[in-house]
Parts: sequence; C-alpha cells; structure tokens
Amino acid sequence: MTSRLLPHAVLGLAVLIFAFPIWIAVAGSTQDAAAIARGDLSLVPRLSGFAVYRDVLLNSSAGAGPVWRELLVSFGMALAIALGKIALSIPSAYAVAFFRFPLRMAAFWVIFMTLMLPVEVRLVPTFQVMSTLGMVNTFSGLTVPLIASATATLLFRQTFTAIPDELVEAARIDGAGPLRFLFDVVIPVSGANIAALFVILFVYGWNQYLWPLLVVTDPHLDTVVIGIVKMIGIDTETAWNKVMATAVLALLPPVVVVVAMQRWFVKGLTEGDK
Amino acid sequence: MDRRTIFPGRALPALLVLPQLALTAVFFLWPAGQAIWSSLQREDAFGTSSEFAGLENFASLFADPLYGAAVARTVLFCAAVTALSMGLALLFAVFADAEIRGRAFYRTMLVWPYAVAPAMSAVLWVLMFHPQIGLVGAWLNRIGVPWDYKLNGAEAMALIVGASAWKQVSYNFIFFLAGLQAIPRSVIEAARIDGSRGFYRFRTIVLPLLMPVVFFLLVVDLVYAAFDTFATVYALTQGGPGQSTQTLVLKVYLDGIVNADIGSSSAQSVVLMAGVIVLSALQFRFLGRKAGT
Repeated sequence: MTSRLLPHAVLGLAVLIFAFPIWIAVAGSTQDAAAIARGDLSLVPRLSGFAVYRDVLLNSSAGAGPVWRELLVSFGMALAIALGKIALSIPSAYAVAFFRFPLRMAAFWVIFMTLMLPVEVRLVPTFQVMSTLGMVNTFSGLTVPLIASATATLLFRQTFTAIPDELVEAARIDGAGPLRFLFDVVIPVSGANIAALFVILFVYGWNQYLWPLLVVTDPHLDTVVIGIVKMIGIDTETAWNKVMATAVLALLPPVVVVVAMQRWFVKGLTEGDK
Repeated sequence: MDRRTIFPGRALPALLVLPQLALTAVFFLWPAGQAIWSSLQREDAFGTSSEFAGLENFASLFADPLYGAAVARTVLFCAAVTALSMGLALLFAVFADAEIRGRAFYRTMLVWPYAVAPAMSAVLWVLMFHPQIGLVGAWLNRIGVPWDYKLNGAEAMALIVGASAWKQVSYNFIFFLAGLQAIPRSVIEAARIDGSRGFYRFRTIVLPLLMPVVFFLLVVDLVYAAFDTFATVYALTQGGPGQSTQTLVLKVYLDGIVNADIGSSSAQSVVLMAGVIVLSALQFRFLGRKAGT
C-alpha cells in the first residue's frame, strides 16, 4: 500500500512547492495593501478585491507605468524575438545543410560562436555598440541583438540534415529549385519543430531582464518584468496587492503558451537539446 | 553527417546566410572584440584618453581579494543551485514516470514553472520570504527565529539559491522524464525478474543509463546558475547585504555599468567568456557522445 501512496505524496509535495507561491500571489492581490504590509496575509482571496486588476492594468502606480502598456511591450518583444529568430535561422540553416559553398564551415562556426558569448559576459561593450548605432531606448534596440543567436540555427540544421536525400532527389527530378524545395517541402515537414521553437523563444523573449534593463531607460519601453522589479524596489511604500496582481498578469501569458503547447514544447526541448 | 545530394549555386546560399552573419558580426563579434580591446587598455580618471596597458587589468583583477571572493562565492552558488535543482527534478521525474493515476496532471503542474522569468521567481520568493510581509518570513520572525535576508548574508545566499533552483527544476524535470521514458521497459522488467528492487535497481540499472542526460544537464545548469540568475539575484538582494550575494555577473554589471570602471569590467568579461567557452566545449563533447549512443 505504501508503494502506491509514496508517488502521490512526493508529487503532491512537488505541486505544492510550485503552486503555492502563485496561490499566495492570487490571494494576496485581492487584499488590503496595509494589511499585507503588517504581515496579515490571508490565504483566502477576498472576492471584492479583484478590482485591483482593473486598477493596475489601466493606471500608473508608483515607479511603474500602467500594466497594459508593459504587457504590450513584453508581448511585442517576445513575438519579435521569436518570429525574428525563426525567420533569420531557417534560411541560414538551410544554406548550411543543402549547399556546398566556399567558407560554408567558416560561416557556420562564426554563427556557432555566438553561443559562447551570452550578453551577460559582454555587457559593457555591447551597450557601447548600441549607443554608437543610436539604438539605445528603441524597440529595435530591445529586440534585434537578442534575435542574432545560434540556438535556433543549430536546431534547424539538425532537423534539415535529417531530411532524407531521396526527398531532395525526387524534388530535383520534378524540377523544383532550391527555394521551391524550401517552401514546399522543408518548412512544412519542420512544422512541429518550428512550433516548439516558437514556444521556447517566446518564453525566452518574455523573460528577458538584464538586456532591457541596460538598453532602455524610457519608461514607455518598460517590459512587465522590468516594471514589477521596479515596483518591489521601493520597499517602504510598496503597494503589495498591486505587486501581486501585476505578478499574476505577468506570469499568465508565457505560462498559458507553455501549457497550451506542452506536447510540442517538451518534444522540442528534449529532441533539440536546448 | 553530410548529404550526398546538394543544390548547386553560390550566390543563393551566400544570400541566405548573410542576414544572420551580419547581425552576428555587429552584435556579437564587434562587442566581443571591443571587450578584449578594452581589457588591454588603461583609462585615465576622466575616461577621456586611454593607453595600452597589456595584461595590467587582469593582473590587478587576480590580485584583488574581492574578485577572488566573488569567484569562490559564484562557484559555491552554482554548485548549490545545480545540485538542488537536479536532485529535486530527478526525484520528481522518477515518481512521475511511474504508472500512477493523475500522471498527466502532475506533469503539467511540474512543467509550467519553465515559463516563469528569473526576475518573476524573485518576486514570488519575496512574497514568501520577505521578513515582514512574506508568508514564511513573517511567520519565522513571529515564532522567534530571526529572519531578515536584507541583514544576514547567509540567509540572503540561501534565498537566492532557493529562488534560482526553484525555477530550474522544471527544465531538468522535462529532460529527466524524457530520459527515463527512453529506457526500454524490457531492461527494467529483466532487472525486476532478477529480483533487484527499489533504490538498488535505480542505482545499478536506471542511473547508469541516465548518465548522458545527467552530464548534459550539469553543463546547462551551471551556465544557467552562472548567467541567467542575474535577474533573480539582482531583484532579491542587489548583491547585498555587503557583498554576500555578489556573483561574477553581478560584479561585471556593478563595476562596468554602475561604477563605470571599463577596464576592470572588460577584463572580467573576458575571463567569463573563457569560462563559457570551456563549458561549451564540455557540452559539445557530451552532446557528441549522446548522439553516438
């Protein structure tokens, strides 16, 4: 009997560890800010308190703009990064996988090297480059440097090299050129990989913190992740119910994307190795 | 694995790789080169002129006891985050792999934290461990256990380790679960018939077959702990109290951006780059081995 109960006990505990903070955030968001500040956080949500969501969405609060605008910036950024990376890496992976051109391996290694240079380790010089290019405080400054990394290219190259030679041969006999083959065969058969990668990249873009912190000082371009850290920064006068409501709103979009596309996403992670 | 059938032509493939190469050159190679260049320069106090200084920045960096302390702190932090997140993930994956009721529910509930931003995990942990408003933090103080991570360095370290590991468990969980499911049932069945049971069977049969996943995650988690946790640590403690939670990435940020010490920050960046290259090389080896098995 114990062997039947043990898995449920362990997994139940695990669910509790992960779900409990979210429950606190949801319950806390509906309560009186002064009561929370005193340490009287109730685990029972107050039904009349849900108006706080309308409030944080529409109105600016101390240190941060209205959350609807932050969510819009986050959404735009996540979408631009996901689509931009996919649009950039499909052609380059295709070129490396299906052509033999001079400096092919050199090009591949230059792209591959970016994996070893995360923005965290080249912080100051990257910022200097951005200001030279006049991209500080712009939406493109927020997104373009994050689009140019190799993970997606590697993944697609792996997928493309798995396409059987016979398929290429057949397409060529049918008179299909390389671009036609790309659009009619390669992209359709890679649909599941593209979907999985979209989830991973959307979450990656949504979750950025250090880069937006560095390259944007204009509050109009604050993402929701930046906004919420600003809110908890000013400790003494923090309106905790608003912080918790914003946290719930900031968590929802990426979590919904991951849970809704769970099957593809897990496949993409485990088969693509990153 | 090279294919036999390829398309002819040179202009088209060049055109296809060009956009990515251009972005790579501007946003990766240029700053990386700049970092190496700045790390070899000495700037005057006003930042108006600079001269070649050789390895001076590196020498003073390695002579600085604060840097040594930050290295040791980062190693400890990375080891703790990696051990905690991998240990918990493996435990959960082993049980989620069993044939039990509600498996799908458990899996969904353990996968979603992947979507939580590192900075957001910091916010959630504030709600639990803030000494006044945090559910657990306030409770500890009420029952007489002094808890304030803003004053106590050891508590601050424990907090950033917990918050960073909490977020990474789901990522490891996905890979461990996939690894466990790839083990043929017949192998497990044979072991069962031979009478090997429970933890002994896990240690002698399952764990060795899982080793490639373990190595892969080891590298991924170390890179995560070293770099991606910037947001978690910065939002929770800003490196304090004192320097007790100042990891290397935080130090690059504080020295370079906040204190504008370009030479030292660049030297630190170059050292970190070398670290990532070593870790990537390790990962490449293990990925190659994994593909081979």
